[in-house]
Amino acid sequence: MNVAVAKTGSGRAVSDLFASAEGRLPGSPDVIAARREAFETYERLGLPHRRIEEWKYTDLRALVGEVLPLAAAPDATALKRAAEAVKAHAIAGARKLVLVDGVFAAELSDVKALASEAGFKTLRESLDKDAGLLKTASTDAVIAVNAALATDGVVLSIADGTQLSAPVQIIHVATAASASAVTRSQVRIGKGVRATIIESFVAAGAAAYQVNDAVIISVGDDADVAHIRLMDDAADAVNITSQFVTVGANTKLNVFNMTSGAAVSRLQGFITLAGEGSELSVNGVNLLKKTEHGDTTLVVDHAVPNCVSREIFRAVIDDRAHSVFQGRIIVRPDAQKTDGKMMTRALLLSDEAEADNKPELEIFADDVSCGHGATAGALDDSLLFYLKARGLPEKQAQALLIQAFVGEAIEQIADDTLREHVIGIAERWLERRS
Amino acid sequence: MMALLEVKDLKVRVEEREILHGLTLTVNEGEVHAIMGPNGSGKSTLSHVIAGKPGYEVTDGQILFRGEDLLEMEPDERAAKGVFLAFQYPVEIPGVTTMNFLRTALNAQRKARGESELMVPDFLKKVREVSKSLNIPQDMLKRGVNVGFSGGEKKRNEVLQMALFEPSLCILDEMDSGLDIDALRIAADGVNALRSPGRAMVVITHYQRLLNYIVPDVVHVMSRGRVVKSGGKELALELEASGYAQFEDAA
Ligand SMILES: Nc1ncnc2c1ncn2[C@@H]1O[C@H](COP(=O)(O)OP(=O)(O)OP(=O)(O)O)[C@@H](O)[C@H]1O
Ligand SMILES: [Mg+2]
Repeated sequence: MNVAVAKTGSGRAVSDLFASAEGRLPGSPDVIAARREAFETYERLGLPHRRIEEWKYTDLRALVGEVLPLAAAPDATALKRAAEAVKAHAIAGARKLVLVDGVFAAELSDVKALASEAGFKTLRESLDKDAGLLKTASTDAVIAVNAALATDGVVLSIADGTQLSAPVQIIHVATAASASAVTRSQVRIGKGVRATIIESFVAAGAAAYQVNDAVIISVGDDADVAHIRLMDDAADAVNITSQFVTVGANTKLNVFNMTSGAAVSRLQGFITLAGEGSELSVNGVNLLKKTEHGDTTLVVDHAVPNCVSREIFRAVIDDRAHSVFQGRIIVRPDAQKTDGKMMTRALLLSDEAEADNKPELEIFADDVSCGHGATAGALDDSLLFYLKARGLPEKQAQALLIQAFVGEAIEQIADDTLREHVIGIAERWLERRS
Repeated sequence: MMALLEVKDLKVRVEEREILHGLTLTVNEGEVHAIMGPNGSGKSTLSHVIAGKPGYEVTDGQILFRGEDLLEMEPDERAAKGVFLAFQYPVEIPGVTTMNFLRTALNAQRKARGESELMVPDFLKKVREVSKSLNIPQDMLKRGVNVGFSGGEKKRNEVLQMALFEPSLCILDEMDSGLDIDALRIAADGVNALRSPGRAMVVITHYQRLLNYIVPDVVHVMSRGRVVKSGGKELALELEASGYAQFEDAA
């Protein structure tokens, strides 16, 4: 193996990344050994590139080049800056769990309020007892990096029958420039639970940083859960997030993903419907400008019969930005009566904007109803003219039509406060355009 | 006195084909003009060019609005100055509620004129009044603009906007098409309510019937891209009796 001498574009030896991080990584010697193994997987594979089918449109070697060294643990100044960002991005009424540069910040979090309704520990506290936290259903190079280098995360456990009185908002704040924040979280949701989990990614003045996050969520039977991820990282940041979700029987899971920041981002979601009679709704919006690259890759795996899945995805692409949507629906041989549909639409606001859409149906059962549809196009000139003839300046007319376009996905968010919050993010994005 | 609208020797091309061949029309404040003419004579083209729709090439002539060159202005600037076109075929805009659209448009016009935004309660009150007089149910206003509206409802929605925006020049392109007799009367009443000394209307229609409700001061006959005859309201009756054949020959 010649990996020992592998160098990144900046001339740093890849192996230094792990060596320099080791002192920062929580876990017993066994855990560290597992981490080292994961790191070796990454060293062997390197960053994903276009010849790897799943990463065809998102060549991280070309787009990102290298994984940056871990950010230092936040000091008092960093925490102060993070507090400002938290204030700006907190959702009214939600209970916050804040990670700053990949480290849990108790002083910015609502641990006490949460403790009455849910079990909470940090990843740092949990790893020794549960080395399984580093294992995931599938793995690739970025997931391996995550297992190797995750410094912290939240480990949340919501007991059977709990109805959370307020949403939980996990806020990832970046204050350190040109460094990596690597986090891994786990959310275990019991039977009959009603809960809303929000994840926000924001910057507090930091630039050119990298986020690598993994979330492992299991939802029990008869639950009703909303999972919302809002990624609004700095314009020159990188965000790679991997979600692993398993859904029990007769459960409703409503997922929403919004990308409105980062120079390069990839959200890869792997959702397995593992119990019958469940309804999954996965919706997303990508808002991309300049030379941003935003990739949403979703794998919905119908492992059992009688489940419904619906995916609505909308991309708004300006300037020379590039949006990728890959949606795979797998229907296992047993999963009869599966009803799975996926609809994706891209709105191209400039001639140089690019949208790639790759739907895949892998159906191994015969009594199913599955389908997908995709469109890509510009704003309708006749609608624009109608609005302008009624007094709306060009940009405002465009903004109204763009809002309507993304509205089809956003309106799938059931909670009024959350929906308004997300509409607000879209509005601010549109304001920055004009 | 300066005319409200002056179209002078206007020549317009669409995709290399000349549609208007030197059209002249003058409309003063307070007047109601009717334009009649066979299909394809260029009536909608004229209305689109006045409103600023892209895709038309003006090769010659002028359009002045209160003496200002309208062709130099963006469509939204024209709207803010008081030009309003009630479309022959209003478009549907899914995802934008009528109410939101009305408020955004009204406030955009006010802003462009340097006026303050209308307060929400005042706005709602006004919309309620006008929509009631036009027999427009409130739940229609919650739907996407024109989405799932019947032909008649779309036309009434155009008149609603006209009443709300209070433009000084209203061009109505076949607002009577697709309306049943009752709806026609309601819409025409709505238009008549807006007649005022400071406001002019250009009513494009194929039917004398509308002109019984909205009585014009001047009637123009358009044929093959020109105004070929102008006269009083009796001209419309003449046309109803004898058709356009005589003008087609002349043009
Ligand atoms: N976008 C276009 N491309 C090509 N030809 C056009 C276009 N728009 C209008 N025309 C042509 O211009 C001519 C005038 O059309 P216009 O719609 O102005 O007529 P009109 O008088 O309003 O007719 P109607 O009474 O049927 O509404 C027609 O011959 C029409 O085919
Ligand atoms: Mg016409």
